[in-house]
Amino acid sequence: MSGRHTTELVVFAVLFVIVSAMGFVAARWRRPTTMQSLDEWGLGGRSFGSWITWFLVGGDLYTAYTFVAVPALVFGAGAAGFYAVPYTIVVYPLVFLVLIRLWSVSHVHGFVTPADFVRARFGSSTLALLVAITGIVATMPYIALQLVGIQATLEAMGVTGHWPLIIAFAILAAYTYQSGLRAPALIAFVKDLLIYIVILVAIFYIPHKLGGWGHIFGAAQAKFDKTPAPADGTLLNHNNQLNYAMLALGSALALFLYPHSVTGVLASKNRNVIKRNMAALPAYSFLLGLIALLGFMAIAGGIKPVAGGNGKPDGNTVVPLLFDHIFPSWFTGVAYAAIGIGALVPAAIMSIAAANLFTRNIYKEYFRRDASASEEATVSKLASLVVKIGAVLAILLLDPQFSIDLQLIGGVIILQTLPSVGLGLITRWFHRGGLIAGWVAGMAAGMWMLYRIPNPATKKLHFGGSAYPLSDIGLDTKMTVYVGAIALAINLIVAVLATVLLRALKTTDGVDVTRTDDYLADEGDPKVVQGTREVEEGLAT
Amino acid sequence: MADTEPGPRRSDRSPWNWLLIIPVVVPLLTFLFNKDEPRLAGFPFFYWMQFAFIVLGVGCTTIVYLVTRRPSGGENASASSPAAPKED
Repeated sequence: MSGRHTTELVVFAVLFVIVSAMGFVAARWRRPTTMQSLDEWGLGGRSFGSWITWFLVGGDLYTAYTFVAVPALVFGAGAAGFYAVPYTIVVYPLVFLVLIRLWSVSHVHGFVTPADFVRARFGSSTLALLVAITGIVATMPYIALQLVGIQATLEAMGVTGHWPLIIAFAILAAYTYQSGLRAPALIAFVKDLLIYIVILVAIFYIPHKLGGWGHIFGAAQAKFDKTPAPADGTLLNHNNQLNYAMLALGSALALFLYPHSVTGVLASKNRNVIKRNMAALPAYSFLLGLIALLGFMAIAGGIKPVAGGNGKPDGNTVVPLLFDHIFPSWFTGVAYAAIGIGALVPAAIMSIAAANLFTRNIYKEYFRRDASASEEATVSKLASLVVKIGAVLAILLLDPQFSIDLQLIGGVIILQTLPSVGLGLITRWFHRGGLIAGWVAGMAAGMWMLYRIPNPATKKLHFGGSAYPLSDIGLDTKMTVYVGAIALAINLIVAVLATVLLRALKTTDGVDVTRTDDYLADEGDPKVVQGTREVEEGLAT
Repeated sequence: MADTEPGPRRSDRSPWNWLLIIPVVVPLLTFLFNKDEPRLAGFPFFYWMQFAFIVLGVGCTTIVYLVTRRPSGGENASASSPAAPKED
C-alpha cells in the first residue's frame, strides 16, 4: 500500500468512526420515553422539522450509488445520463399536493408504510400484501447497491478483501438496530456537509486543472465521436429524446412510491414541513447535476475505469479514480468518506422501511394480528438486520451486476404500485380487484419487456437496460421507450377496464375507512384510535 | 383534488396549484433545449438550461408553498410535545 493510499485511508477511517459514534449516540437525540414502538424506532417520533427532514430526505433520495453511478452513466453515454437532473426537478412539483395528503391520512390513522394506507383505503389485505412485497423487492437491491458505492471507494484506496465491507455494514446494522431512524437523520448532517464541500471544491478545482469547461465538453464529444455506438454524445439524438423524457418522468413518478421515501415523509411533523421541503430539496438536484458532470471531467482527465469483479471495466470506479488522480491525498480521503458515509444514510433508511413493511403488512397481518407496539418494534429491528445481511450476501456471493439489474427492475416494478398508492391518495374510484388485475398485468408486461432488452456493450441477451426498442414489436424505427412508463400504462388500462367490469357485475368492493377530512388533517388534529373506524363501519373481525 | 365532498373547513384547492404544472412539463420537452449553442461559460445550452430549470422548479414550488401554507402549522408551533392543541 502506497503512502498516498495510507493518508486517504486514515482520513476515511477517522470520519467513518466519528459518524459511527454519532449513529449510536442518536438514540439519545430528541430522546423519546421509549424506543419500543414503530413510531419512535421507525419514524423518529414523527417529529422532524424542516431542516432535519431536508437532510434526511436529501440523504435518503440522493444516495451514494447515485453519486457513483450517474457520473459513470454520463462517462459512458453522455447526455442520456443527465436525465437524473430533469428527473429530480420534475419530481417535487409532481408529488407536492399528493404527499401532504399521504402525510395527513397517515397522521390520522397511524400508518407507517404505504401498504398500511392501501389496506385501509381499499379494504384489501391482498392488495396491501402486493404493495408491501413490491416495496421490499424493489428496495433490497437498492440497499445492496449502496455497498457497491462503498466498495468502489475501498477499491480505489487499494483495500481488497471482503472484511472491510462486512465490518462497515455490521457497524451500520448495530446502530440502526439501536437508534432506528434517528441514526440516519443525525448522520445525514455530516454526510451532506461532506458531499457539499467535496463537490463544490471539485467543480471549481477540477475544471481549473483540466483547462476549463469548454475543453472538458470538447474532450467528451471527441471521445463519443470515436465510439461506434450511435446513442452517445454530449447532446441527445433523434432516437433517445423520447426515452430521456420518459425515463425522467417515470423515475419521478416512482421515487416517492419507494418505501424509504415514504418513511422520510412520514417522519416529518406537519404539512408545512413537507411543502417547504418540496421547494428546498431541488438544491440537491443542483448538486446531482454537478456530480453528473464529473463523468465528463473523467473523460477529459483521461481516466480509464479499472476492471471490476467480473473482469470487465467497471464504470463505477471513474469518479473515485478521478478524485485520486486530481486531489491531494488527504482531500481524496475526505471525498471517499463522503461517498462511503453517503451510502450509510440511505442503507439505514431503506432497511428500516423494508423492515416496517415486513412487520406491519406481513408479520402482523398474517402471523400475529394482536402484536403490540413493542412487539412490532422488536420484529422490525430484527428484520432490519436480516435485510442488511441479505444485502451483504447479495454483493459478496453474487455478481454485483445482478444487483444493478435488480435495481433497474425495481424502478419498473415499484411504478406498478402507483395506481393503488399514488392515485389512491387522490381518488377512491378504482375497485380493489381492478387494482390487483392492473398490478399483475403491469408486472407481467414490464418483466417481459426487460427480458427482451439486450445490452451489446456487456454482451448480455436479457435485462440489458430499461430502454425498450420499438423495433422489437415490429415497428420500423430505432426509437426506444422507457419500460416502466409502458408497463404503467398497461397497468392503468387494465385497472380501469377491470374496475368498470367488476362494478357492472356488482362484485363486492372493500370498504374505505378513511374520510375526506383525513386527507387534510394537520399536526395537532385528533388521531383515530386504531380499529375504531372499523368498528364504526361494522368491519371488525 | 378529486374528492366528491370538499370539506367545509379546509381545502387544498387553490388556483396557484396550477403553477406546479410548469416545472413538471417544461424539463421534459427535450426539443426546447437539446442544442449546443448558445454556450454559457463553456457549458453547452443543453446543460446550463437544465440547471436553469432547477431555479424554475424551486421558484414555482416556493410560490405555491408561500400562498397555500397554513399559519397554524408553523415550525415552532410545538417543539417536541406531540399534540399541541390547535385553536379552531
